[in-house]
Amino acid sequence: MSEKILMRATNVTAVYAGEEGADVPAVDNVTLEVPEGEILGLAGESGCGKSTLGNALAMIANPPLYVLGGQMEIDGQSIGLTTLGKSANARHRPYRGQVVSMLPQGAMNAISPTLRIRRLVCDVVHAHHKDMPRSEILDRASDRLDMLGMPKRVLDQYAHQLSGGMKQRMVTVISTLLDPHLLIADEPTSALDVSSQKQLIEMLLAMVEAKIMRGVIFITHDLPVLSMVTDRLAIMYAGKIVETGRTEDLVHQARHPYTSALLAAVLDPTEATRTKHVLGIPGAPPNLGHPPTGCRFHPRCAFVKPRCSAAEPAFRDEDGHLVACWWAEANPGVTVPVEVNLA
Amino acid sequence: MTETAPAPAGAAAAPVVLAADHVTKQFRVAGGKLTAVDDVSVEFREGQVLAVVGESGSGKSTLARMLLRLLPVTSGAVLYRGRDITRIKGADLRRYWHDVQAVFQDPFASFNQFFTVGHMLRRSLQTADLGGETAEQRIERCLGYVGLKPEDAVYKYPHQLSGGQRQRVMITRALLVDPKVLVADEATSMLDASLRVSVLNVLQDLRRDLGLTVLFITHDIGQACYFADQVVVMEHGQVVEHGPTDDVIFNPQHSYTKRLLADVPNLKGSLKSQRLG
Repeated sequence: MSEKILMRATNVTAVYAGEEGADVPAVDNVTLEVPEGEILGLAGESGCGKSTLGNALAMIANPPLYVLGGQMEIDGQSIGLTTLGKSANARHRPYRGQVVSMLPQGAMNAISPTLRIRRLVCDVVHAHHKDMPRSEILDRASDRLDMLGMPKRVLDQYAHQLSGGMKQRMVTVISTLLDPHLLIADEPTSALDVSSQKQLIEMLLAMVEAKIMRGVIFITHDLPVLSMVTDRLAIMYAGKIVETGRTEDLVHQARHPYTSALLAAVLDPTEATRTKHVLGIPGAPPNLGHPPTGCRFHPRCAFVKPRCSAAEPAFRDEDGHLVACWWAEANPGVTVPVEVNLA
Repeated sequence: MTETAPAPAGAAAAPVVLAADHVTKQFRVAGGKLTAVDDVSVEFREGQVLAVVGESGSGKSTLARMLLRLLPVTSGAVLYRGRDITRIKGADLRRYWHDVQAVFQDPFASFNQFFTVGHMLRRSLQTADLGGETAEQRIERCLGYVGLKPEDAVYKYPHQLSGGQRQRVMITRALLVDPKVLVADEATSMLDASLRVSVLNVLQDLRRDLGLTVLFITHDIGQACYFADQVVVMEHGQVVEHGPTDDVIFNPQHSYTKRLLADVPNLKGSLKSQRLG
């Protein structure tokens, strides 16, 4: 397929600085692509580095997080992601919000309780276009709300007058007012109940259809949500991407045992859930300061073989479905049997 | 309810442990009253897992707080083993709080960062009747129920534990005083999917091994489906549907339950292709 790539990030490495050189690499040499007009889901357990990767790509890493390396190509521009060096912040500032916009975790709590929503709207736009008149900004915001089928009265309201779902949809609209090329949404649905989740997802899809942004990275551990909204998935474990490909391929033909374990833990209201007993992934995610040798998942994997701890598996490309696993290498084209995760 | 020997877990004839009897809660708000819980009557039978599901603002947490006696009722009664507990005080209330314990949503907010987990657990034991055990033995036994060893937790500070471990420590804390009923209010909502399953498995084992009655409050009907015996569906403070899990989830009668089920995201396919198709 000759898809146009909107964003390609290569060799991104980010560390949390520790005492006396004990740095914790939370993102280790990751390469990621978002095709034009697509939504990429980034999934993994808590602490796997998915939010850190999002922060690195959005160029908002703050100490103790340092991006040591990585290059992002987006819309013909090439941006060095590293935050080392004095000029990094000034270098990254023009891209934030306009080229890459970040919707951080818990963004809905960032709305000031004492100001009307329209003040936040003006503040965001003024940070980039100092002289744009308020009336023009508010016109633009209410057009946007109209287009997405949201009530315009929200602009005159305070945060406490809105439900959690409405607040989250509002910050999503505000963070995309400058028409960023790429939106990075970190756990946007996790604090919402299912009905509000669905409304937010439908709004995001409408925004991509309307080409408000040209690509989205959607970060969450919630695979059912990702399965409904994304075109592609990347599964992250302990700072590395272990499997990536088209969403339906990953969900129905998982090739990495970790992906399979995550899928088995999904509880949807079906007869199968009623009768199954999920084991959960044994053990705990590794300490990223001292990751396991070889494949980082090997201490928790049901298919572990001696070579898994000896050497790190390389990506194997099966028609655009990439997997880094020795078991997958030895069993080409075979879906991981889901039974290994069930009792 | 007569005081007979407890029936095996899951039997329909198990005695009612805790019941809400026409409970209503109104809050005074600017411009009038808001009825958060509206004339709710539910019964919790011994050794069963009962899930209360509903979206944000449906009144499920308010109901839980009234059952826990953390919030006074506006009208109605909460019956524990047939006795109204809405007005009890002093030693009676403390005894009630031993029997009915809670685990809340945020395992991060419940810890004092400056004390070790062992310190916190020992403090919880101050009012407990140890019945011949030492405090250390009791802590070790209760940590065992949730699959933790003392060396995993007792000497650690909260920030050294993962989210799933913290939530399991919170369950341990609740178990220390030998409760009969455990109220879990969105106890798994902040955990990721694989940890969530392991905490649900812990609750399931506790029901089986200790005969604990579990009241599980969630907005995720999938979790209710995994391990609840009975499901109560709440909307706008009212119970709109109530029954055995299989009936409520696989043969829903009320339109709200049907909508709730329809909104649950699943692995079946993308909304995007449905929109374009």
